[in-house]
Amino acid sequence: MKIAFFPGCMVDMIYPEIGIAAVNVLERLGCDLEYPDEQVCCGQGLLNSGYRDFNYPVAKMVIDAYDRPEYDLFVSLTGSCMNAIINDYPIIFKDDPVYLERTKKLAERSYEFTDFIVNYLGKTDLGASFHDTVTYHKSCHVTRLLGIKEPPLKLLEAVDGLQYIEMEHADRCCGFGGTFSFKQPEIAGEMVYEKCQTIIDTGANVLVGADVPCLLNIKGGLSRMRSDGRLDRDIRVMHIAQILDARE
Amino acid sequence: MNVLYHNDVTLRERVAECLQDDFKHKAIETAQEVFYAKRGALVEEMGEGWQELRLRATEIRNHVTENLDYYVKLFAENAEANGYIMHYAPTDQDALADVIDIFEKHQAQTTVKSKSMMTEEVGLNEVLEEAGYTVVETDCAECILQKAESKPSHIVVPALHFDRDAICDIFTEKCGYEGTSVPEELTHFLRRYLRPEFLNADIGIRGCNFAVAATGSPTLITNEGNGRMVDSVPKVQIIFVGIDRIVPDLQSLDVMEALVPRSAVGSKMTAYFSVDSGPAHADEVDGPVEAHIILMDNGRSRILKTEFEPMFRCMRCGACLNICPVYRHITGHGYGSIYPGPMGVVMTPNLVGYDEIDTMVFACSLCGACSDHCPATIPLHDLIRAHRIEIVDEGKNHSNEVPVFKLLRKMWSDVGFYKFAMSAGGPMMRLFADSSKGALTVNSTWMPVVKGWTSTRDFDVLSKDRFRTWFKNHKPLAAETPVQENQGTEGGDA
Ligand code: SF4
Repeated sequence: MKIAFFPGCMVDMIYPEIGIAAVNVLERLGCDLEYPDEQVCCGQGLLNSGYRDFNYPVAKMVIDAYDRPEYDLFVSLTGSCMNAIINDYPIIFKDDPVYLERTKKLAERSYEFTDFIVNYLGKTDLGASFHDTVTYHKSCHVTRLLGIKEPPLKLLEAVDGLQYIEMEHADRCCGFGGTFSFKQPEIAGEMVYEKCQTIIDTGANVLVGADVPCLLNIKGGLSRMRSDGRLDRDIRVMHIAQILDARE
Repeated sequence: MNVLYHNDVTLRERVAECLQDDFKHKAIETAQEVFYAKRGALVEEMGEGWQELRLRATEIRNHVTENLDYYVKLFAENAEANGYIMHYAPTDQDALADVIDIFEKHQAQTTVKSKSMMTEEVGLNEVLEEAGYTVVETDCAECILQKAESKPSHIVVPALHFDRDAICDIFTEKCGYEGTSVPEELTHFLRRYLRPEFLNADIGIRGCNFAVAATGSPTLITNEGNGRMVDSVPKVQIIFVGIDRIVPDLQSLDVMEALVPRSAVGSKMTAYFSVDSGPAHADEVDGPVEAHIILMDNGRSRILKTEFEPMFRCMRCGACLNICPVYRHITGHGYGSIYPGPMGVVMTPNLVGYDEIDTMVFACSLCGACSDHCPATIPLHDLIRAHRIEIVDEGKNHSNEVPVFKLLRKMWSDVGFYKFAMSAGGPMMRLFADSSKGALTVNSTWMPVVKGWTSTRDFDVLSKDRFRTWFKNHKPLAAETPVQENQGTEGGDA
């Protein structure tokens, strides 16, 4: 069984270590992965800013790269991109019946990373060990828009040594929102500081998420708070794949 | 149209002002927490029943929207049979003219009002006052706003931005109040202060939560009892009804009445709930002798048969404001519309058009919490994005941002260019980065575009190597457990 793996562009650009960890995890579980080189990004930043037509060529590239007969399944490491492809591409392809159909077919065999492990492979204990206190950000796209609530928590629960502490309003938006972050920095800043504060208040040493863009944002927020004295200790920011790959 | 205010300052300036106002900021945050907790407890108590109710409400509201002509006619006929005098107001100007006619006919001087967003929308108070009439707001919050000459910051609790000390000061200065800021004392004062106003008023003006077509009844959900006084003391009554307020019958009203107080303030019911049936009959002592209904469109029907049609289902409960992480920080005043928060971001451009609004529809992270909480299952965040798409399609976007999006399109649809951009951009970013953090920091706020981010957060730099390069070269790990095909089920567990 061949799996087409979609890490999301931020993994390719900024955080290869997250992608590497995810590949390790999936390969140990016996998955045969492929990562087609002919695509870059789902392009949701364009659609979400209103540039639907600009997103069209980008979306076509993603479908061409991932909708291939040799791939049995599609697994996305980033919930947000997965949501864009299965829920938003139909808007982009509304006048293109061929790609619309291909998107629907692809959506039927698509899984988000944690959902794939727990609900498709039926695995929760992956033999990981991570001895530290962890809190988990329930990102909007994974939790609300894809409706994946239990799988990440089940996976974390099975990690040896991991002590989970729930943060207040764990499913409140971190304020990333794609270009929103750049266009409305004051509001986005206020949102991420509040998210960071709820993380800090748990006392946990590690913040874990299943959506890479949120991690970029939260990490940036914590780092800024650390420099200006609002935070007096280091808090690690990790993708859940890195925890599942850990043998610490 | 009186939907927008403070439009002479930009959204960014309004937001800055809200963020500086610690009291306002904190007040909204606290109110959200309270509503959130109370609503959450009630919803949990109902279990699956809550979702069923939402779907039922959605069906009912869709059914009315799809058969709007029929239901408008049915409501009007039955209201007339109850003795109401019906006025159809396609625009705000028509509605205002109708009201002035009624005032002139009765040579009225004074009116008492209970809270009504529609009268706010048409700017009724200003028009009446200019024409020399006295307007008295009798809802506690509206009365505070009127005295303070302030705008509503929430559609359900409009004076959320004033605390009791501020209210005490306002009453002292404007109404001759001499007491303390103890809430009970303030409300007792207001009661005494308003009582003569009710008795003196020539006309009562109010809104309508739902209009029941089968019985021709406007309804009113309130908590203070002032609505009922407005309804029953003055001899003439004017009720503003939006064409999007109609429900078919009392059974469907029941569904809405189960959803609205829970969604709005986290209560099972409100203190007062009136279902009216026209002016006083010959054998009745109380009630108005003449009652008018102004059935107003004012741009609402423009969204019929468009992707914004789901907004016709809106019950004005405010649940979307109460959960919104943006509203939380910028308050109603940040939006500069009497309809703020998610519902306002969808509705305001529908009412006033894209030329009038500033960047309001972009002040949203599309997190979807509103859609999740809306009792009418309106996909609010999708509709907010739909506005953005229309704005770009109509060429009303800012031209200075287009090159940035063109560059993104190029980078994301041309792998060769992407790889080149990464190899060139990485070293450049590292040049300006704080090397101990591996991130662009506060020192990078001079960079165009990037400064949007780095003004408030650090930005991790591009990695030296691409993940795709590693992937191509890596040797797959051996499986620890054999994978069985098709052992899975459907994705998603919610
Ligand atoms: S959009 Fe939904 S949640 Fe918001 S006010 Fe209307 S009915 Fe309530």
